[in-house]
Amino acid sequence: MKSGNIMIVGVGGQGSLLASKLLGHLLLTEGFDVKVSEVHGMSQRGGSVVTYVKFGEKVASPVIDEGEADFIVSFEQLEAARWLKYLKPDGHIVTSIQKIDPMPVITGAAEYPEGLIEKMKEAGAAVDAMDCLSLANEAGSSKAVNVVLIGRLSHYFDIPEESWIKAIEKIVPEKFVELNKKAFKLGREFEG
Amino acid sequence: MKQLMLGNKAFARGLYEAGCSFVSSYPGTPSTEITEEAVKYEEIYCEWAPNEKVAMEAVFGASLAGVRAFCGMKHVGLNVAADPLYTMSYTGVHAGIVIGVADDPGMHSSQNEQDSRHHAIAAKVPMLEPSDSAETLEFVKLAFELSEKFDTPFLVKMCTRIAHSQSVVETSERVCPPVKPYEKNIAKNVMMPGNAIRRHPVIEERTKAIREWAETSDINKVEYGDKTIGIITSSTSYQYVKEVFGEDVSVLKLGMVNPLPEKLIRDFASNVTRLIVVEEGDPIIEEHCKALGLKCDGKNELPLCGEFSQNIIAEALGGELHEGRSLDVEIPVRPPIMCAGCPHRGIFYTLNKNKCVVMGDIGCYTLGAVAPLSAMDMTLCMGASVSAVHGFNKALGSEGEKKSVGIIGDSTFMHSGMTGLANIAYNESNSTVIILDNSITGMTGHQQNPTTGYNIKGDPAGKIDLEALCRAMGINRVVVVDPYDLKECDRVIKEELAAEEPSVIIARRPCALLKYVKHNTPLEVNTDKCTGCKSCMRIGCPAISMKDGKACVDKTLCVGCDVCTQMCGFGAFERKE
Repeated sequence: MKSGNIMIVGVGGQGSLLASKLLGHLLLTEGFDVKVSEVHGMSQRGGSVVTYVKFGEKVASPVIDEGEADFIVSFEQLEAARWLKYLKPDGHIVTSIQKIDPMPVITGAAEYPEGLIEKMKEAGAAVDAMDCLSLANEAGSSKAVNVVLIGRLSHYFDIPEESWIKAIEKIVPEKFVELNKKAFKLGREFEG
Repeated sequence: MKQLMLGNKAFARGLYEAGCSFVSSYPGTPSTEITEEAVKYEEIYCEWAPNEKVAMEAVFGASLAGVRAFCGMKHVGLNVAADPLYTMSYTGVHAGIVIGVADDPGMHSSQNEQDSRHHAIAAKVPMLEPSDSAETLEFVKLAFELSEKFDTPFLVKMCTRIAHSQSVVETSERVCPPVKPYEKNIAKNVMMPGNAIRRHPVIEERTKAIREWAETSDINKVEYGDKTIGIITSSTSYQYVKEVFGEDVSVLKLGMVNPLPEKLIRDFASNVTRLIVVEEGDPIIEEHCKALGLKCDGKNELPLCGEFSQNIIAEALGGELHEGRSLDVEIPVRPPIMCAGCPHRGIFYTLNKNKCVVMGDIGCYTLGAVAPLSAMDMTLCMGASVSAVHGFNKALGSEGEKKSVGIIGDSTFMHSGMTGLANIAYNESNSTVIILDNSITGMTGHQQNPTTGYNIKGDPAGKIDLEALCRAMGINRVVVVDPYDLKECDRVIKEELAAEEPSVIIARRPCALLKYVKHNTPLEVNTDKCTGCKSCMRIGCPAISMKDGKACVDKTLCVGCDVCTQMCGFGAFERKE
């Protein structure tokens, strides 16, 4: 892959900043120009959040627009569906099957749609749906969902596994490195 | 060494490399990280000021004293600091002054979408506008040089996409100019009419000189490609144009957006067939071109509102448009919400229950307007809650006084709520003001303020006593309440609304996200006791939802604040220690 657009989507506070930091560091080390665009401030308060990671020989725009994402990495089903229109025709979704009710669902003003994974597949999207929370807990912490997702994403890149591991060692605080390496492997070896 | 760096961090690196030694700012998304990163350099004195006006005036003092100085703020913060800015333009600087202002097109975290370039033009202060992190670092250093060369403060304008995007930078060493010895100069620094009259023509000449400099400086770059279309652009819009058109168009990229060059633009226009201005926000470059008598397209093709993106530009100007697939499913929105355990929740629930008219303010607690709390009637700008409740009550008399409150956070109260309270005390309205004291500036990501007792580095600092302050301002009724205690909140709010004199209620409990705040064991629902009455749903806690007709607590979110426990008439919320 000579260039690519990755979106990381989820709910504020789920750990997308670490995922984007890890990808940014890795891709820069691999010799790409990289831009990472984040959202701070109000949107972080439990709202829908999106981070863009773009790489290539030269990256201009820091954002990804509709129909431009090679990958959507999602921490939550509804968020994967919300951003589906940003996926390229041959793009790939890597999502956790976790469901988090947004406030309109909690208050009963709206319903959480059923069967989203199947519906995204019916719409022609390639979807890896994983129980990331269980895998993260298996690795040792529910907070490692982000690295489980990155593990699965790595499966689609021709970047050697050692480079991903090195990026984890560089970015993750030392006492959590082993846990996250395990989370990465569980994600990478996931059979969809 | 090449590294990925956030735009705001690159800004701070630029301050460091330029030898800036004094930083005073007020936090505001998307500008906050400039100062948070600057404080990591031991060589730079940094502080959070109570507001942007104070910060800018402190910076003026530091410049007079002879050191390079910086203040940072969001776009609306520049309105607060506009007063010193417009006259600092007249005095000029001693050591260099750079002012960072971050606009928020698309309003990711703001109450309006104003374009800060208007302030630069009106104040006659030059403004640079970078388009990525590397340029940010470079422009900040250049701005200090130019500030001293042309004897003027310099604005560096960021926007959300530049401030909060990481791109590649290369750093270099700090070069710190020696402190310039202080010089008394009444004619230049004391802006009374007799002196200011002499300064104004100097400023007009200065603008001409800077414009002349900008005509040939490589801060403004011409990139010729196909000359059928020529685009004048700047900032993040430049990146979108490059993304869509690459080398297929010619581009004049402006790094200095005030003053705008004339000859450079005329030359560029004469070399292309169709001239288009691509700028987010207002048509400032476009109107400049039109004033030069040039025919150009701009806001007739492109939106005035919101952020641009590559698709918006492609659609308007005939580039390749990407389309995604859609899902035939109604996707519920996911707006930002008050966190589980947020101490603001109990107060807003009580205000809603008592059908109060609530004058809101700027902070996390603006989320009190969101259903099911829906306890806010207006939000305008920092401090407006306190001033507006006074006006409301003066206009309606006791009819207003018995049901209306102004509600404001601790940091916002220090920023600009105090003067409103002075008005209540002085002009005597029986207004009730609620200060939500969560011991931190919350929304912008936990910055210290004058009421917390800590400085920007987290070291002990001067601490303003809110109760003593309100009493000293002439408010006799000052009551402190724990917002987790719903009965007490209800009692106090009813009592203070009924009182025949002004009162301040301080709802005091630290933000639940602060690291030192200990959380209780999460609650569980006893499904035998839960009747599914949904009383607990009225507080809008994200940790509570209904599953199979019964309430259900998400243990990963619940902090055990027990506000829901007080809502339940059946004792269904239980804690297994």
